[in-house]
Amino acid sequence: MRRSGRDRCVEPMGSPIVTTPFLEIMALACERDWRLLFERLDLALAPGDMLQVVGPNGSGKTSLLRLLAGLMQPSAGEVRLQGRSLCGQRAELARNLLWIGHAAGIKGLLTAEENLAWLCALHRPAGREAIWQALAAVGLRGFEDVPCHTLSAGQQRRVALARLHLEAPPLWILDEPFTALDKQGVAQLERHLQDHCERGGMVVLTTHHSLAVKPATFRELDLERCAA
Amino acid sequence: MSPVFALLLARESRLLFRRPAELVNPLVFFAIVIALFPLAVGPESQLLQTLSPGLIWVAALLAVLLSLDGLFRSDFEDGSLEQWVVAPQPLPLLVLAKVLAHWLFSGLALVLLAPLLALMLGLPARCLPVLLLSLLLGTPVLSLLGAVGAALIVGLKRGGLLLPLLILPLYIPVLILGSGVLQAALQGLPATGHLLWLASLAVLAVTLLPFAIAAGLTISVGE
Repeated sequence: MRRSGRDRCVEPMGSPIVTTPFLEIMALACERDWRLLFERLDLALAPGDMLQVVGPNGSGKTSLLRLLAGLMQPSAGEVRLQGRSLCGQRAELARNLLWIGHAAGIKGLLTAEENLAWLCALHRPAGREAIWQALAAVGLRGFEDVPCHTLSAGQQRRVALARLHLEAPPLWILDEPFTALDKQGVAQLERHLQDHCERGGMVVLTTHHSLAVKPATFRELDLERCAA
Repeated sequence: MSPVFALLLARESRLLFRRPAELVNPLVFFAIVIALFPLAVGPESQLLQTLSPGLIWVAALLAVLLSLDGLFRSDFEDGSLEQWVVAPQPLPLLVLAKVLAHWLFSGLALVLLAPLLALMLGLPARCLPVLLLSLLLGTPVLSLLGAVGAALIVGLKRGGLLLPLLILPLYIPVLILGSGVLQAALQGLPATGHLLWLASLAVLAVTLLPFAIAAGLTISVGE
């Protein structure tokens, strides 16, 4: 379904929002290599919300996530955090954001524990005990001292996802978090995301598979409809 | 000192020690380049001694540049840089720790190796303290300046010769001052003036360049 030229691509709301949106984007446009990926995109994210961004390859899913995380600057429009423009609030966003990109920041030469200790230290230092618990929670008990380059792709993804069991910033932006996970890992992560939203957290993620478990506030944003 | 600074220093040192080839290669390069000159120019000690200040500094400068090419590459590819940019920690502080760790293990080793090679070129032993001091002040500037270039080109698929082209012109003041110190020492003139200039360059580099490196990384990550 393609919208005609002038009207805005407004993402459908499940229920009327009662709380003030935490993160808001207004008339956002994104251009990559002289190609307009999407334009006039509006979106609001309130505590407890979960948003799945879908669309074909190259439709700008990762770009949208990077815009929300403040890693990229939009071509037009703006991202607002608690009603104010993101530009002056980088520190505020950083305190509230947990970003796991397609490349998750895991160093092959470091062990799982060392990787997590550093990634946590960037936000809020975590103790050894907590890190071991988080690794156990993602099924990596016994792999704490193994250099990550010897782990499989799925296990490395689990190391990155162990952060979701450690840090507690409210907003999680996850780019393809289910990549390389096995069935049981996928189910576990879906439950964990749902729990996070039910505790008042927010999740924005891209994935190509349809989630089996989702919170009541789940919404889907199809970027194909917003394509320029 | 901020705990994250110390943690990053420890992490980077650990990474460097698990991949020692990257540390040793620039040092071997430095030694080989200097060893080539007596072979090419001839073992005429007077000529080599006159050339030695320039030779040592040009070789040091190229060795530092060579070691910096991949400074941020692996961090860029595995997503670590994105994590740094979105983290609440100040990015200039993080890059300062990263460059400092790199300098401690490659720059400092180069400084320590230099007197040996200088003796090989026939530089009199009385010049060695000045050589050490000038390299100690100059190599951090080289590392930091090179890191600005490395940060800017890290996102390019084929950086290749771009880093030397961008950065070598910026190395000229350090090169002039560094070899000037040695020339002065060689002729028995006071070298304090040059050394103070190098020291002020070092202070400027340490205070200002982390911001430039951070800006370069933010641009590269945002592409």
